[in-house]
Order: sequence, then structure tokens, then C-alpha cells
Amino acid sequence: MRGLRGLKPREIIRNWKERNKSRIREWKLMYEAFKRSPLAVIGAILSVSFIILGIIGPYITPYDPCAINFETMIQEKLQPPSLQHLFGTDEFGRDMFSRVLAGARTSLQVAIAVMVIAVPLGLILGLVAGYYGGVIDEIIMRITDIFLAFPGLVLAIAFSVVLGAGIESAMIAISLVWWPGYVRVVRGQTLSVKENLYIEAAKAIGVSTRKIMLRHILPNIITPIIVLATLDFGSVILVAAALSFIGLGAQPPIPEWGRLVADGRKYFPQRWWYTFFPGVAIFFSVLGWNLLGDGLRDVLDPRYRRKLEFEKEIKV
Amino acid sequence: MADNTLLNVEELKVYFYTYAGVVKAVDGVSFDVRRGEVFSIVGETGSGKSVTSRALTRLIPSPGRIVGGRILFEGKNLLEMPEEELRKIRGKDIAYIFQDPSSSLDPLFTSGYQIAETMTVHATADWKNAWKRVIEILKDVAMPDPHKRAKSYPHELSGGMKQRVVIGISVSNKPKLIIADEPTTALDVSVQAQILKLLLDLRKKYDTTVMLITHNLGVVAEVSDRVLVMYAGRVAEIADVYSLFGEPLHPYTIGLLKAVPNPLKRIERIEPIPGSVPDMINVPSGCRFHPRCPKAMDICKREQPPLVQIRGGRSVACWLYAEKNS
Repeated sequence: MRGLRGLKPREIIRNWKERNKSRIREWKLMYEAFKRSPLAVIGAILSVSFIILGIIGPYITPYDPCAINFETMIQEKLQPPSLQHLFGTDEFGRDMFSRVLAGARTSLQVAIAVMVIAVPLGLILGLVAGYYGGVIDEIIMRITDIFLAFPGLVLAIAFSVVLGAGIESAMIAISLVWWPGYVRVVRGQTLSVKENLYIEAAKAIGVSTRKIMLRHILPNIITPIIVLATLDFGSVILVAAALSFIGLGAQPPIPEWGRLVADGRKYFPQRWWYTFFPGVAIFFSVLGWNLLGDGLRDVLDPRYRRKLEFEKEIKV
Repeated sequence: MADNTLLNVEELKVYFYTYAGVVKAVDGVSFDVRRGEVFSIVGETGSGKSVTSRALTRLIPSPGRIVGGRILFEGKNLLEMPEEELRKIRGKDIAYIFQDPSSSLDPLFTSGYQIAETMTVHATADWKNAWKRVIEILKDVAMPDPHKRAKSYPHELSGGMKQRVVIGISVSNKPKLIIADEPTTALDVSVQAQILKLLLDLRKKYDTTVMLITHNLGVVAEVSDRVLVMYAGRVAEIADVYSLFGEPLHPYTIGLLKAVPNPLKRIERIEPIPGSVPDMINVPSGCRFHPRCPKAMDICKREQPPLVQIRGGRSVACWLYAEKNS
């Protein structure tokens, strides 16, 4: 078989490997750094299973997580965990296992929405503030300070109340309190990176300001942002759960972990499974993202990779 | 002579507005650079030589401002040009080589990418052709194993190799003027000579003009055609290299030459210039060199000496010669 430019597929792969030797080497070192931290591996397993559950959860539930069967409701309600209902049932006789599984989707939606809205917003504002400095910096940073002056959760509750209960308003409310943290981090990193000679060199060869920010500053500051975003992924799940817990955020019958914990309070501790399993779900998903974020800090640190290079020979 | 002038700088003033006060880093500097020559600017740290070179394409960082003067590059005043147009000149007609090669390359991109970027930014080549040119350029800058090195990241290159890449970036668009700001200072002595030779070879090959900023008089003597001596943000003396080293006129230049060992003259001992570079916020009145000048006169304390033309196209800013002329 002859592929591109008359080369065999194997030759193409070999050429590609030859050309990207440095990059492959770094990847292997990153993998090595990752393997060395058991906590990061656990974090990654938890986070990945959370994402997978969030995507496929609602499709693999043994029962419908939302529908109430009025005929069997009286017999089935508030049953302890059994083989039929692994996590027991709630006061409407719904299967808690199905509800917790489906709840992963809700949390994932909120977390992704916040990351998609807040992180880019924080990145852009932080880059602009840090790069231009002066009046623009002052305006952006003072607005950021106003947001940071309130405790995040309190402000999120306030926005949520104003926007009305519901999962979308929770997304918006959390996003609104989340971007200022990124502006600060991005601005600080930008301030230090823009002093590098290579930024001046880029200016001196006539690269446009926009391109300097996106091509030469952003990639050089992205590491702490990735770590922060990973850690925040867990925090957002927690805040979303807190909003639902107090009745804002996701509304019934949408299953949401915080909501489930709140609903189960009435029956606690006799019917412990009602609050216990959603609580465990929150605990492990937040823990997973935190461990992963911590692990990524090492994996993405080039200095740590250089250290590994001495300890272990990497073949490319 | 007029059409031979590539760059004409007149009364350039760059001030830095700091909290401590106004730093007059460059205060009325005028000079010409002729096509095809190697024009050197020498001076101590803080004499304003780097600021002057950066001001040429308005690359002055924030608290600094170009407050006056005229920079004519091929007849166009760069100081009145809109930023967009100026950007088309940066890297294309006027290219820079900065002092520290290890920090003037972006650590996240391969050396080949960074050379290619210079060409694509100015649309002198599309990506495909730029990559072909990259290999040629790396050969031109005598990079060993150019195919491999084009794919290397800066941390995989030695200091000398990095400076070769930086020089490669600067010549990639065949600029009319290359401004080399202390290109050899951060390098090993053994590599310094190679890099200088490379710069001179490339000047011939690409038929460009080189403006060399340095504090190393040895380098100046070796490669320059004409030399500008700067002191505390002002021109002390402009002369061709032979006259400057053979018969320095300004007391500062004389002091400077005595302060470094000279292999040609069997002297004696090194004589430091007494005192130190003045505080640039409260500059001395009159001639800025007068507190350190062995030949200081009364007028030096009161009035700034004008830059006067002397025989052989030399100019000097010193009352010793201004009086003789007038």
C-alpha cells in the first residue's frame, strides 16, 4: 500500500515520530510524572468516571429517575437499599440509584457551562488588563475587585434569586461569580510573561497585538489556568449542589445531588440512604477533580519533568 | 551623499516618566546611518544606546515616551507613521537582534516555526514556502544539522545556536537595516567571534546595513565603519572607526579608550574614568560629562555643547572644539 507522497504508512509514522521527537519526549515525561502520583491517578479515574456517568448516566438507569408510579408508590416509598433498589427509594418510591446516576448529568452540565462561560471571559479580560495596563487595567481590575469583595457563594445565591430558580439561572449565577478569579490569575501571569524578551522580539518582527496575546502569551500562561480550572470544576459542582440544597438551582423533578441531600433531610437518620448516597456522589466527584488538579500541577510543570529526565531514561 | 543615507535621526528625545521623576534617557540625539555600513553605538550601561535603538521603531515600553525628534527611514518619518504601517516595517525593513538569545525565543515554539512566523507575518512567504526558506536560512547562519534544528525547541539549543536562530529570524525578510543590540554580550567569548563574523558575512550576502549596539570597544574596532559614542543620553562623538581609535577627540572617548586594555599600544596601565554615570533624573547642568571631565572649563558647567562638524565628517559635542570652530 502506498500512502502520502509514495511513502508506506509505516514510513509516514516513522517520519512523523522523527519530526516530533521533542514533543513525544515531553508527552512521555508527562505520562511518567502522572504515573508517579497515585493520588493523581485516583483523581483521574474519579473525574473520568464522573464525566462518563454524566454523559451516559441517564441512559443506563434501571428505572426512570423522574417518573412516579402512583400505583406502587405506597409500597415502594422509602425502602432501604436492596438488590432491587441498590440505593433504596425516595418518598415517591423512585429508585435512588437511578436518581443519583441521572444527577451526574445535571452537575456535569452546570460545571461545563461555567467553565465555558467563566474561563474564556476571565482569560480575555485578564490578558487585556495585563497586556495593556494603564487605564484599561484599572477599569477591569476594579470591576473584578467589586465582584471579589463578596463571598462567592453569597453572590451566587443573590444572582440566583434574582434570575429565578432553575438550572440555567444557576449556571449563569455561578459563571458570574467565577470569572473574576481567572482575571486575577491571568492578569498576574500576563504581567510577568509580557516582560520576557521574546514578547518584545515578537513586537519587533511586527506581530500584531492580538496575535502576541493569543499566540505568545496565552500558551505560556495556560498551565496554571488548566490546573485552576480543574480544581474549580470540583468547586463548581459543590456550589451548584449548595444552590440546589437551598432550593435554588435545579428544580424537581430533575435529579440533582444537592437537592436530593436536602430532600432527604426530613427522613434522616432513619432513612439514611436518601441523603447518604447523593452525598457520597458529591464527595467523590469533588475529591476526584481536586486530586486531578493537584496531580496536573506536577505533570504540567516543566521543571519537574527535567528532574524526571535525570532519574529515568526516556526512549523515543 | 544624501541618497546614500538610509536612516536619519534628528534630535531624538525619549523620556521615561517614572514616580521618582522624569528620566531623560535619550535627550537630543542626532545621527545618520548610511546604506551598507556597520554603524556602532557605544556607551556605558544607562547611556541610552539601547533606548535609542528601540525608539527607531517606537518599541519604547510604557512609562517611556518619545517626546521629540524625527526619524527618517528612507525619507519616511517613522515617528509620525500610524502604528499599523510601522508594524509592516518592523521585522521586514528593520529587524532586531536582542542581547539575550535564551530569552528572545518563545520557549513553546520550535526554532523553525519562529523563523517562519517572521515571514508569514509580513506575507513574504506562505507557510509552505516559509518552511523551505527556514532550512536555507539555518544553513546561512551556519547551523549544524539544519533539518533537525528547525524542529528543535529553544531549550534544546545552546546559547550560540539560539543566537544563530535569532539572527536567522532577523535576516529572514531580507531587511534593509539590522539592529543588533549587544548580540554577543550573553555568549561565550569563543562563540562571540563566530557570531560577529556570521553577522558580517550575512550583511554582505543579504546586502543590508547593520547597526551595532555594544559596550565592547574591541567589537567596535573589529567590525564597525563608523561609531557613535553616547554618554548620558547624548551624543559625545561620531567618527569613522579609524579616526576614533587613532585620534579620539571627546574627553569621554579618550577616557573610554584608556579604560580598556589596548593590544596595539604597548601601554602602561588601565586608567578608569573617575566618577560614575550621572543620575539620569538630576542630570548635571551644561555638558553632562563635566563632573568627570579632566578638561572641564567654566562654560561646560553652564551650557550644553553643540554637536559640531569637524573635518572628515566627524562630529563632536565638546566645548573644546566648538570654540575652535566658531
